[in-house]
Amino acid sequence: MCLALPAKILAIDETSDMATVALGDVKKDVSLALIEDAQVDDFVLIHVGYALNKISREEAERTLQIFAEAGLVEEPAR
Amino acid sequence: MKYIDEFRQRELAQKLANAINKAVEPERQYNLMEFCGGHTHAIFRYGVQDLMPPNVKFVHGPGCPVCVLPIGRIDNAIALLEEHDVILCTYGDMLRVPASGRKSLLKVKAAGGDVRMVYSTQDALKIAHDNPERQVVFFAIGFETTTPPTAVAIKQAQAQGLKNFSVFCNHVLTPAAIQNILESPEVRDMGTVSIDGFFGPSHVSSIIGSRPYEFFAEEFQRPVVIAGFEPLDVMQSALMLIRQLNEGRHEVENEYTRVVTRDGNAKAQALVAEVFELRRAFEWRGLGLVPYSALQIKQPFAEFDAEKRFDVPTIRASDVKGCECPSILRGVKKPTDCKLFGTVCTPENPMGSCMVSSEGACAAYWSYGRFRRPADAQPEPAARQDSAQESAA
Ligand code: SF4
Repeated sequence: MCLALPAKILAIDETSDMATVALGDVKKDVSLALIEDAQVDDFVLIHVGYALNKISREEAERTLQIFAEAGLVEEPAR
Repeated sequence: MKYIDEFRQRELAQKLANAINKAVEPERQYNLMEFCGGHTHAIFRYGVQDLMPPNVKFVHGPGCPVCVLPIGRIDNAIALLEEHDVILCTYGDMLRVPASGRKSLLKVKAAGGDVRMVYSTQDALKIAHDNPERQVVFFAIGFETTTPPTAVAIKQAQAQGLKNFSVFCNHVLTPAAIQNILESPEVRDMGTVSIDGFFGPSHVSSIIGSRPYEFFAEEFQRPVVIAGFEPLDVMQSALMLIRQLNEGRHEVENEYTRVVTRDGNAKAQALVAEVFELRRAFEWRGLGLVPYSALQIKQPFAEFDAEKRFDVPTIRASDVKGCECPSILRGVKKPTDCKLFGTVCTPENPMGSCMVSSEGACAAYWSYGRFRRPADAQPEPAARQDSAQESAA
């Protein structure tokens, strides 16, 4: 029910505050009513037809880095 | 898919598993509750439990909105169809949940009730536009993740002057439920379930941020890690909880930094605050009446409140006899403790809500874990090997 999936914004329609996103190979129209300054090529988290939040590229990289170094470093406590 | 596949890589799962095995103190027991059904699903689907040392246990919590909705509220929705002849729009998960008198929304639909499955609140608004002569009710369920889309729909209905649209609001709040579990007699006094730390639901926190958990991490002295839903996220979060417990810390940490911040999504929060207010109490299946644990529609939007537009009584319906969902939702029992599990009760013919939603603990056990019962306590090395491969799929 709280399932949400990462999708890439392909196009934005500003009048309706909607975007076309790609979920893998599937295209979908979702509402942008819940987020601010979305841009084409941003990755967003999609849930029940709405973008909930943007996904941070930098943070995703950092997390993967932490996995790769598992057991070797302390992760930042925040 | 980007941001999914990378978080399921097999080699990294093995690394994390090794790190966890190194981190645990052998004489200590780690009972970690995943509040959210999405985590339960990921743990079973990818065999995460089998990669854990024997003294790290996942306790499944009540974080499945379908599972915690009491039967009385589904009876209410059925009454809206049968007595008020509305078009009822609902997310698909609700259709098969058993209600009183062996009914379900699906059965009522088969008998001619106008139930429409929608993917989004936008679909429900469209149905209202297309059927101006009918009353259209959106059966709103879900945690903080799912509430903002309902708020948007109510605001749009008001802006468009829609007269035939209303919302039957069943939105519930996560922190209140976690607090209730920690305050329950089973956890507090009897020691039958001990919960040492929590995986925080990260999609909920994408909206509310990590801050709301700070109070109870402090108050109840339990660590919380906001955990993403991919298997590697769950493993890393387990490692973070284990380290906190080893070091005697009880803080809120965030593993899902690619989406969650401390403050969350301010725009979505403002919309929710504009449209909804707290209910004094709301009944949860398994937890009973939980104070200030749910939302209702505020006065300025009262005309879109189905509970005000129609007569919606409080129904106290009892669960199916023998169904252990209430204890399972509190983490006191496991699905395999239920006599109906897998015999009378299966996903094709669910007796209780925990078997309906794929996020319910019973459904997760049935789909991914039912042959693993004997290994539950002490995973065999062979089983651990298999699931390491599975997690790479
Ligand atoms: S197996 Fe079925 S009857 Fe038993 S607790 Fe789960 S949902 Fe209820």
